[in-house]
Amino acid sequence: MTESVLSIRNLAVTFNTQMGELRAVRGVDVDVRAGEILGVVGESGSGKSVSFLAAMGLLPNSAIVTGSVVLDGVELIGAKPKVVRSMRGRLMSMVFQDPLSALNPVQRVGDQIVEMIQSHQSLDDRAAAKRAVELLEIVGIPQPDERARQYPHEFSGGMRQRVVIAMAIANNPKVLIADEPTTALDVTVQAQILEVIQRVQQTFGTAVVLITHDLGVIARVADSVNVMYAGRNVESGSVQSLFDHPSHPYTRGLLSSLPHEGTERLQPIAGFPPNMLAPPPGCGFAPRCPHALEVCSSELPALRQFGDLQTACVLAEQLRIGGNV
Amino acid sequence: MSAENSPALLSVRHLVKNFELRASKGIRNTKRIVQAVADVSFDVEVGQTLGIVGESGSGKTTVGRSVLQLITPTSGEVIFDGKDLTKLSFEEMRDVRRQMQIVFQDPFASLDPKMTVGASIVEPLIVQGVAGDHDAKVKELLDLVGLAPDHARRFPHEFSGGQRQRIGIARALALDPKLIVLDEPVSALDVSIQAGVVNLFADLQKRLGMSYIFIAHDLSVVRHIADQVAVMYLGKIVEIGEKTAVYTHPTHPYTKALLSAVPLPDPKVERSRHRIMLEGDVPSPVNPPTGCRFRTRCWKATELCAAEEPQLVVRSSGQQSACHFPE
Repeated sequence: MTESVLSIRNLAVTFNTQMGELRAVRGVDVDVRAGEILGVVGESGSGKSVSFLAAMGLLPNSAIVTGSVVLDGVELIGAKPKVVRSMRGRLMSMVFQDPLSALNPVQRVGDQIVEMIQSHQSLDDRAAAKRAVELLEIVGIPQPDERARQYPHEFSGGMRQRVVIAMAIANNPKVLIADEPTTALDVTVQAQILEVIQRVQQTFGTAVVLITHDLGVIARVADSVNVMYAGRNVESGSVQSLFDHPSHPYTRGLLSSLPHEGTERLQPIAGFPPNMLAPPPGCGFAPRCPHALEVCSSELPALRQFGDLQTACVLAEQLRIGGNV
Repeated sequence: MSAENSPALLSVRHLVKNFELRASKGIRNTKRIVQAVADVSFDVEVGQTLGIVGESGSGKTTVGRSVLQLITPTSGEVIFDGKDLTKLSFEEMRDVRRQMQIVFQDPFASLDPKMTVGASIVEPLIVQGVAGDHDAKVKELLDLVGLAPDHARRFPHEFSGGQRQRIGIARALALDPKLIVLDEPVSALDVSIQAGVVNLFADLQKRLGMSYIFIAHDLSVVRHIADQVAVMYLGKIVEIGEKTAVYTHPTHPYTKALLSAVPLPDPKVERSRHRIMLEGDVPSPVNPPTGCRFRTRCWKATELCAAEEPQLVVRSSGQQSACHFPE
């Protein structure tokens, strides 16, 4: 196994709200290995975005973050803001869902990339501008010379997302975190952006964390996958194993609720996700689980290894043998 | 499309909707026109579902709202149950409205936060002056969409997204409509919740026999629920016909590209299939390409496509498509 460039251990994030403590992330372990695409999948409120915002040090001070996030051998949780700042954008950078709010509307696109380069590298203006044009070319923007002198409003949604990716890879980071990077885009443009992300990963060996709610996107580009539910990872491992032998009832439910060719009736998961102000004491999925036992509502199941999958369910062995959903 | 003997519930003919844009260039105000829907015709049969798919700017939402006369079409006919809705007065239209309803995408924005669920559901009955036991009707409707009778006394914020969408559906059903326009009704929901709402639409149609226009960008959901499918691009229908024909034998290059762009939840299929990668984005509808509107992104385009607009033609697999060089 190749070593991990980003290693998250027992990460927990709690927000103090007027209604009490909201436990958004409750003990998450993630290993991002060099050069791989890790898909993180889950529904709204599963904690998938918050986990990585915490890793990037981008949560407001009111959030209570505990656990460990080690990037390239340096512990980030509890580190000085200056240390985190020096790593963010250089070793690890992030692409968000909405490219328009990630760009400054009154600054030329090329200048924004130059700013990103010069905040971490000592390049003079001319060299940085040249590098910015190169980056625009890498992400597939035609006439990069001209485009570098334009403003964000002159770009379409897909082209803006390319600009944001160019900026994110400006300092050749080891880890690129892409949080729902294609959700706001049309499906034909989504295909283009996924290709750009794959190209970046293959050309520069950048590890990519792709956060999405779309299992189709995971199936297309990810090498390994991490399924999150109610602030915990419930199943993780190689993409092929996850789709071949989904062993957690949530993963299985998710896969069978998707429309497939020829299915007469969809199979939704009963109920809805728990309120994270008062998460269930046992397995977070137990209230919706068709297989739940008594023990599930009192004890939190740990991740256990089966082949190249890790599953947090007491019934994982039986469900795994059950084969495809 | 439509069977010769039984007239369709809804026939849309040559529907056009232009929006005016005011853009100031220097000191002069120039008027520009966006043709959001450019000559669209289709039928919806009794008890059937027409799915309309397309990317942003394709005009699919404008079609839905023009059918309901929520926006006034620029030209064309919308014949519902034998009446051309574009020619009705406001009063006459009100009577027709009870037979046509809409469910919107955002279940958080489409319910009044200060009204109880029961009051929201009953509102269409009051507006239309329907007499009878409203409380009993609310209970019946809540039961129909899978909610409990005591939910009527609660407020929208007490419900999850999926439940709110069910409330919106109950309200749309209150007047026993013959046609419901579903405008991206499950796009805002998580997949595990989405499946339940999609099943509900199918069950309700089976029980009550109404027709749906199901507008969505998610092609796999449309494949699941629709009988007929229309694929729109920049204000035009490029391909329309029976669902299986369109999905298994797409004849328009855009339909083909769209289907191949959708990520399928199967890594083996995803990694082995040939993908058509379209270049660029959808052009601006303010200034659409001449001839075929898809030609700027099409790998088959020739001079003919720029010069002459292709018309919808029936293909061997049964559907119609508008292309000079069909697959």
